[in-house]
Amino acid sequence: MTRIQRSDFSFEHHTVDLLNAGDEELKEIAETLGLGLSLEELRYIRDHYLIQERKATDIELQTFDQTMSEHCSHKTFAGIIKTPEGTVNGLLKTYLMSLIDELEPEWCFSVFKDNAGIVDFTEDVGIAIKVETHNHPSAIEPFGGAATGLGGVIRDIMGVWANPIANTDVLCFGPLDYDYEKLPEGVKHPRYLFSGVVDGIGSYGNSIGIPTVNGATVFDEDYIGNVVVYAGCIGTIPKDQYIRNIKAGDLMVLAGGKTGLDGIHGVTFASAELTEKSEEVSRPAVQIANPIEEEKIKRAIKQVSDLKLGSGITDIGGGGLSCGVCETAETYGLGVEAYLDRIPLKAEDMAPWEIWISESQERMLLAVPPENLSKVLKIFEDEQVETTVLGEYNESGIATLYFHGEIIGKLVLQDLFNPPKLNRETNWSPPKLEEPVIPELEDLGEALLQLLSAYNIASKEKVVRRYDQEVKGQTVIKPLQGWKAGPSDASVLKPLEGEWKGISVASGINPRYGKIDPYWMAASVIDEAVRNSVCVGGRRWALLDNFTWGNPEYEDRLGGLVYACRGCYDTAKVYGTPFVSGKDSLYNESPMGPVAPTLLITSLGIVPDIRKAISMELKETGNALYVIGVTKPELGGSEYYKLHDELGASVPKLDAERNITAYRRVLDAMDWGLVRACHDCSEGGLAVAVAEMAFTGDLGVDLDIGKVPVSENMREDYVLFSESNGRLIIEVPAELTSNFEAVMSDTPMACIGAVKKDRAVTMTKDGEPVMELDLDTLISAWKKPLEERR
Amino acid sequence: MNKEDIRVLILRAPGTNCDLEAVRSFRELGPQVDLIHTQKMFKDKNLEDYDVLLFPGGFSYGDYVRSGAIWAKECEYRIGKELSEFVDEGKPLIGICNGFQQLVEMGFLPGWKGKSLYPEAALGNSTHGYQNRWIRMRYEGKGNCDMMGGLEEGFILQCPVAHGEGRFILPPDQREELLQRLYDLDMMVWRYVREDGSYAENDWPENPNGAYHDVAGICNPEGNVLGLMPHPERAFYGYLMPEWTKQSTPPEHGDGYPFFKSIVDYVEKNF
Repeated sequence: MTRIQRSDFSFEHHTVDLLNAGDEELKEIAETLGLGLSLEELRYIRDHYLIQERKATDIELQTFDQTMSEHCSHKTFAGIIKTPEGTVNGLLKTYLMSLIDELEPEWCFSVFKDNAGIVDFTEDVGIAIKVETHNHPSAIEPFGGAATGLGGVIRDIMGVWANPIANTDVLCFGPLDYDYEKLPEGVKHPRYLFSGVVDGIGSYGNSIGIPTVNGATVFDEDYIGNVVVYAGCIGTIPKDQYIRNIKAGDLMVLAGGKTGLDGIHGVTFASAELTEKSEEVSRPAVQIANPIEEEKIKRAIKQVSDLKLGSGITDIGGGGLSCGVCETAETYGLGVEAYLDRIPLKAEDMAPWEIWISESQERMLLAVPPENLSKVLKIFEDEQVETTVLGEYNESGIATLYFHGEIIGKLVLQDLFNPPKLNRETNWSPPKLEEPVIPELEDLGEALLQLLSAYNIASKEKVVRRYDQEVKGQTVIKPLQGWKAGPSDASVLKPLEGEWKGISVASGINPRYGKIDPYWMAASVIDEAVRNSVCVGGRRWALLDNFTWGNPEYEDRLGGLVYACRGCYDTAKVYGTPFVSGKDSLYNESPMGPVAPTLLITSLGIVPDIRKAISMELKETGNALYVIGVTKPELGGSEYYKLHDELGASVPKLDAERNITAYRRVLDAMDWGLVRACHDCSEGGLAVAVAEMAFTGDLGVDLDIGKVPVSENMREDYVLFSESNGRLIIEVPAELTSNFEAVMSDTPMACIGAVKKDRAVTMTKDGEPVMELDLDTLISAWKKPLEERR
Repeated sequence: MNKEDIRVLILRAPGTNCDLEAVRSFRELGPQVDLIHTQKMFKDKNLEDYDVLLFPGGFSYGDYVRSGAIWAKECEYRIGKELSEFVDEGKPLIGICNGFQQLVEMGFLPGWKGKSLYPEAALGNSTHGYQNRWIRMRYEGKGNCDMMGGLEEGFILQCPVAHGEGRFILPPDQREELLQRLYDLDMMVWRYVREDGSYAENDWPENPNGAYHDVAGICNPEGNVLGLMPHPERAFYGYLMPEWTKQSTPPEHGDGYPFFKSIVDYVEKNF
């Protein structure tokens, strides 16, 4: 088209005439250049060039495209949304960031402003944490997509000068036994995605030498078309090494791998829906991973950080250099000169705009004062990492891009980062669903065994063992507990030598609740993430939110998102748990419809002394078993209903005030040495929790389910399998039960049984037998579905 | 020599991990420990300054080609002479996991007749792919592997394995004969066992990788080069043991402690 003209330069470069371009012409320009910008954004850019009185260049428009993508600018979370309950001026600001101001946690060191959130650990050292989504790439190329997802989040941690010490991963797939015949074209089978994603994460995490300590694997039909991959990373950072002080004259150093044609338009792809053509069209958008390159970078950056030689740092991820360079300059009110011909390339003849937005992996951008440059370059050289001095920061407020002596683009940074706010509206409210009538089963033992074999409850050993969980020798409570490899609620790490203080890492996720009511899903998964942490003795929680949602341009998806955000705010406020970082992934749509609305909450807690951390397995014959919290007829979205192919309506709600009070009491009891084991009731309810504690500890229990505190008279199966929030099973030494009860006096709880030597779980109600199952039967039902044996 | 005068060298290459666990294990026992990038050692070539050398675990150079192969060739080419001298002096050389693979690739293990020109054994693909899990291994040495001399015969050590290639194999046509030679020369040091102490007999997961004859670790005929797949450095402290929570607080040290203590005590007494 005539509006796009090739320049006279010896390399590929175009000017784009936007003057008086009509809507159709704008759309045509966007399509020709492969831009994902909306019409409104294109108009904004056109007017920007009108004021500047000049033509745009290809590299400039590509920069706008990257910066304004949903992936980079989170425009849905920043936009204005009209709802029947009032207008929300930014979901992020209103419901997630605002808790920082309202709760005023003095231990939040740096939140929501950098690559990762940082909270205090000791007086001198902070913990950095970040969780990312990498869904779209994993759907196209599961191994590479998952591996680069992990690689990217590890760089986020290095991008705040921190030293990565642990990874988390939460994965959601379609059912592994899904009928091949039913898959639409372009959708890969869950089993293929499952093995690719798990291998990808394992390969990257293991090779770089960072343990994967926490995670979850969720199976649901609504993930068949949209696989979900969350990868997280945690690091330690001495607080005085958190340097953010870029000045004009500082040099930009690009360190790491070469730049290639992989990952072009990755963020544009990530901000669009998946179609049957995605594989063909978007394969180049998926990056290629090289964990050993990042391992070297990690060693080098730790040294630069320890010696405080840099003035700023960021990772090169989504949007490539275009985002990394422009963001660092804009953050400090600076401008920048960048010489793109200096960058070492994997492929010959790359156009400058391709170099500029390539998302090739394992690259970091450092700002270095000139006097430290030679020292920094030497450190990288010693670690065998390639570096390029890409340019220099200045005071202009403009990014000027050079290629072989020519100016190929000039970007006014202020305009780049102030796009028009999105306006959207939703009147959606949760659907009215019906409560099913479930036939009462004769044999509840059989139901328990079926639940233990449900994909979402069964042992994930097959996944977890693919990851190194304990390299670095800091994993005190491991994800698989003991020789029986039971399911730990949270992991506990001891990050520092000579310091008994530790951290706990746990997560909460439940898409089935979200299908009923996103508000209560949010409340429930926050409760779960906190509750899991309580089980090991964690406290002072920082939360991370990760939304995976469908296309927010549909009213129902957007409405659900608003509900979920409100649930986050209301619950976290009462719990006193601020959000410190987060990441959303929208547009998760496929030929099979939208992804299940999925909110992952990660909790980072403090364990004051890791020697007092509590694990979930039963410890000693004769000890008493208590249940904390009240069991209610809340089976909506439960695994028990799922056994009967029902979703239901009675999603678990929560009394946040009461739950957090109970958790504080439990922690008190732990500090007094009154707790020997603690496990949370989640999917599968109380019966599953007790069974897991028993077979992991290789000890039996006698349980009287008639003693379980209930909100109303309930069927036995509902008591056993309800998924009400706020409940924990606790083992208390026989001689200390009165002390325990005294500590717990103002919170609902009951002694429901005792640990026995006899290797069986025996349940009665008012003297009548309910079920009896031996431990071998229970554990084999739990291990069978995802059996590790090949 | 005094413990404090012992100098331990731990080499690392791109992709090395478990180096810091090994460093802190030795350090706590008294010796001075240097963790040095292999490229620096290639320049300085000062191996003779050290009394103990350890190649740690990890994925050196990504384990592309074959586990440990690239780094092994590089070491042979750059410091092959120095390494041979180090071994000929009888100083302890230890390889854990990737380090064991390295020692086999370099020809130091089994090293029937001294260092060989090509690998005489292999650490092949594990039967169950990459796995991180705890195992039990039994000390089988009868005294030849001096640095393990502090351990009682039959000592069972619990620690993790974490590898995808660790299945110890010998050339199939000479397997029985070579196995016999391992015993005759007292080179069999560690074997995988069950909870009750009996040999795993190739049962998974007690034998986690399908290793021939449940071999977890061997030494050379002279006894001063030791390689093993499992990671005692990851079981050095009590709080790292898998079931420490059965006690109300963890013991100070875990099963890896006697392993490292034995090495340090040996050097203290004999050098």
